[in-house]
Amino acid sequence: MLKDITLGQFFPGDSIIHRLDPRTKLVMLVVYIVALFVATSWISYGVMLAFLLGCILISRIPGKSIVRGMKPMVIILVFTAVLNVFMTQGETVWLRFWIVTITKEGCIRALFMVVRILMLVTGTFLLTYTTSPIALTDGLESLLSPLKKIRMPVHELSMMMCIALRFIPTLIEETDKIMSAQKARGADLESGNLLQKVKALVPILVPLFVSAFRRADELATAMECRCYHGGDGRTKMKLLRYSRLDLEAYCVGVILLAGVICLAVFGL
Amino acid sequence: MAPILQIKELSHVYSAGTPFQHTALDGVSFSVERGEFIGIIGHTGSGKSTLMQHLNGLLKPTAGSIALDGVDIWANKKVTRQARFRVGLVFQYPEYQLFEETVYKDIAFGPKNMGLDHKEVDRRVREAAQFVGLTEAQLEVSPFDLSGGQKRRVAIAGVIAMEPEVLILDEPTAGLDPVGREEILENIQAYRRAKNATIMMVSHSMSDVARLTQRLLVMNGSKLAMDGTPEQVFARADELVEMGLDIPEITSVFLRLKQMGLPVEPVYTIEQAVAVLKALKEGKRHA
Repeated sequence: MLKDITLGQFFPGDSIIHRLDPRTKLVMLVVYIVALFVATSWISYGVMLAFLLGCILISRIPGKSIVRGMKPMVIILVFTAVLNVFMTQGETVWLRFWIVTITKEGCIRALFMVVRILMLVTGTFLLTYTTSPIALTDGLESLLSPLKKIRMPVHELSMMMCIALRFIPTLIEETDKIMSAQKARGADLESGNLLQKVKALVPILVPLFVSAFRRADELATAMECRCYHGGDGRTKMKLLRYSRLDLEAYCVGVILLAGVICLAVFGL
Repeated sequence: MAPILQIKELSHVYSAGTPFQHTALDGVSFSVERGEFIGIIGHTGSGKSTLMQHLNGLLKPTAGSIALDGVDIWANKKVTRQARFRVGLVFQYPEYQLFEETVYKDIAFGPKNMGLDHKEVDRRVREAAQFVGLTEAQLEVSPFDLSGGQKRRVAIAGVIAMEPEVLILDEPTAGLDPVGREEILENIQAYRRAKNATIMMVSHSMSDVARLTQRLLVMNGSKLAMDGTPEQVFARADELVEMGLDIPEITSVFLRLKQMGLPVEPVYTIEQAVAVLKALKEGKRHA
C-alpha cells in the first residue's frame, strides 16, 4: 500500500542521533556530502562507509526500512551504472563487440558512482528518519536566518516547507482512501498499456486535487482566524539549543572532513 | 439457503514488522444471510472500517477467509474482481470521490468498469438515480455544483448502479441534516426491498440501527464483541456503555422509568414505546 512509502518518513526514537539539534544534523549532512565528493579512493570510501554504518547503528533505524526506501532509486542506479560502463574510455579492454567497448576503468567507475549515490541517499534518509519535519524546518529557518538581512522571506519559506511536509502523510492517506473507493467501483489501476494506466489515474487525481484545494482553503482560514501574520516578532515554544552532544558531533564532522581531505591530498 | 457471506477467523495486521504495527482485526467470524439488514456498531478504531474493506476484497486478510456464496474471494483474480461488483462498498464521506464532468458519467463509472453494454449502463444509471431521488435534470449537471447532501446521493448511486447483492455503507448519514438522513435511509431501504439485497450499515446512531436493522454486530478492540438482534444487544446496556457506546435514547428513558418503579420492559424504538405506554394506560384503566 501507499502507506509503506518511506519517503521522508520520521521514525520516532531516542538515540543519540535523534537527540542532536536539527541544525547540527543539517550541517553534518552538508559536511558528509562534501566529504563524499572529496573522497576519490577506496580507502577514503571505506572511511566514509564506516562512518555511515556507525551512524545507522547508533540511530537504531531498522536496516529493512533503509533498504525499502532505496527501492525507488533502483532505476537511477541502473541508469548510472550502464552509462558509466559504456561511456568511460579506458585502456584495459575486457569486452568489445560492434560499437560497444567495456573497459576495466569503466566498470570501476560505474561501481564507484553507484556506491556514491547509495551513500548519498542513505545519509539523507538518516536525517529525515531521525528528525521530525517540524524540527527540520525549524533548524533550516534558524540556519538560513542570516539571509533575512538581504530580504529573503526565510520564515515564510520554512513555513511553506513545514506545511508541505505536514500534509504529505495526510495526502497519502487521502490518496489511499480515494484509490480504495474507486477500486470498489471496479477501477482497474494495474493492467493495461501506458495510455490506459494514465487514464485510470483521472478518477484518483481529480478528487485528490479537489480535496487538496479544499484543505488549503480551510488551513488558510484557520490560520487567519488565529491572527497569523508571518514571522516578525513571533516567539517559539521550543527554542533550539546546542548541547555538549552537538559540540562532539561537530568535532566528529571536522575530523571526518579533514581526514578525507588528507587522504585525497596524499593521493591514497 | 446457504449464507451469502461467510467470514472465518478473519485477522488483519497493518504495517507488520515496522514500529507502526497495529492489529485491526483479531479472529472475527460470522456469516450473513441473503436479504438481512445488519448494523455494525463500535467506537472509532474498533476495526469496523477494516472489516468492511475485507468483505469486497479491497484488503487481503492476514489470516482467515471470506467466502462469497461459498467461494473464497481470494481464490483467483477473476473471483476477487467479481466480489468488488457483487459486494458494493460506500465509504465514509463518499462525495469526496466524485470526479466526472456530469452526475450521469460519475454514476456510470462502476457499471462501465463491469464491462456492460451501453444500453444496460444507461438503464442502471437511471434506475440508481431514481433510488436515491435524483431528477433527470440533475444527471446532466456537474457533481461539484450540487449541495453536500446531493453529492452524497450521487456517490451512493454510483455504487447502487453496480446492483450489488450486498451493499455495505460506512456511516452514510454522517454530517447530514435530519431530513437528509431520513431520505438516505429511506433510499437504502427502497434498494433493499427492490433487489432483495443484503445491507450492512456502520452507524453511530443507535436509534437508527435499532429501528432499521434486524441484527447488530458490535466491534470492540479489533474483536467481534456481540452478534444478535437489537433486543439482545441493547439488553446488555452496561457492557455497551463500557465499550464507549450508547444505547438508543428511548431505551435509556425506559430503563430509568423501570428504575423509578414503573412496570415496563425496555424498548428500542419509538413504535414499541408507544405500544408499551398505551398498554400501560389501558391496564391502569381496567384496574
